[in-house]
Amino acid sequence: MSLIQIRRVFTHVETILHEFGPAPAKPQIRGAVAAVLANPYAGEYHADILPMMEALNPVGLEMVNTLLSAMRMQPEDINSYGKGSIVGSAGELEHGALWHVPGGYAMRELLGWHGDRAGYTQGTGQSQNSAQATPANHSVGNAETNTAGKPGTAAPPRSRPLAIVPSTKKVGAPGATLDVPLTHITASYVRSHFDAMEVSVPGAPAADELVFILVMSTGARVHARVGGLAPECISQFDGQR
Amino acid sequence: MKTAIRKLIVQVDETRVEMGQSINPPTRRAVAIAVIENPFAGRYEENLEQLSDIGAELGKLLGEKCVEALNIEPSQAESYGKAAIVGEGGELEHAAAILHPKLGAPLREAVEKGAALVPSAKKMGGLGAAIDVPLGHKDAAFVRSHFDAIEARVSDAPRANEIVVAVAVTDSGRPLPRIGGLQKHEIKGQDGLR
Repeated sequence: MSLIQIRRVFTHVETILHEFGPAPAKPQIRGAVAAVLANPYAGEYHADILPMMEALNPVGLEMVNTLLSAMRMQPEDINSYGKGSIVGSAGELEHGALWHVPGGYAMRELLGWHGDRAGYTQGTGQSQNSAQATPANHSVGNAETNTAGKPGTAAPPRSRPLAIVPSTKKVGAPGATLDVPLTHITASYVRSHFDAMEVSVPGAPAADELVFILVMSTGARVHARVGGLAPECISQFDGQR
Repeated sequence: MKTAIRKLIVQVDETRVEMGQSINPPTRRAVAIAVIENPFAGRYEENLEQLSDIGAELGKLLGEKCVEALNIEPSQAESYGKAAIVGEGGELEHAAAILHPKLGAPLREAVEKGAALVPSAKKMGGLGAAIDVPLGHKDAAFVRSHFDAIEARVSDAPRANEIVVAVAVTDSGRPLPRIGGLQKHEIKGQDGLR
């Protein structure tokens, strides 16, 4: 059997108008996409599971596009993200970990990151260096182009998705829920964007299935007001602050 | 709009493989869910007309959201259903007032035609309660391949003073229907049954 068999694709988009407080001018839009895949490693221990990680790369890219389309959003509208996986009972937690690279980097790349995915796959990538070494002609926004190539000025971001994509994973029964964390795409410490989205796919995962999930949001919690780092105060561009 | 909506959710469930069999084209089911304020929470109200007007608004809004999410023409919709979960400050009759008097007509406009009964479910429930929204063919209730259900659930609703209202629309029946009965190509679509 091929390593990749997608059985179901599930999208979930929320428009949050308010939570009994003053409604913001623009509602917050949060979305999740979940792909239900056959688990080729179900039922027994396989020492080498890395071939599936590689094979998942196009699945990640397809899922990002499916989610943006379901949310009716462009990459520049997205300000926080997260990912997760639920492994059916005949699999092991480690199978869920296969999603880190193909899920996270597909989302970062399609949202405008130009770092070294191959380096990350090997575990050697450097977020800050790869982001700042990107040529100006690859940058995605005017602000970036205007200040490119001026060492000594406050380092502008060469791409927005610099922050680690937060994640959760578990082994679960069909219909199990997963609270998928969300954080700001440029700086993990942005407090207004700390959030989580509960995702479940009715009927999945069966014992021999994997559910891989990506989540994105347009912005902060709908009535965010507990202080901390604000998006306009991001200054380090190290993925954290 | 008379309806005080806190949150809108739209889900699409697409099945590409079932029991090892390729489903081509995939079956697709959409469910659109509104979390609304219950104007009658906490007190007995004899006249529920306000909720029926809310039902009319939601039939249109949620029906159109489903069709849009499926990316189809209204005439390509094949089955539909509706459901509501009333938070603990309300009563079951509030769900009935939303679902039954006025929701159907604008929903039928959103999916074109709709000779058949819109199958429904209702219950009282708390945060994260799930309801299985029944599905039936929109023009002929006896089409056996289209008897189905899709689960609707909102993790943070309904609060006590809220109602969760769901409308489901599909462009297909079950993935591998093979138990006979009336087939969709045999539909007359006149009496709502066959």
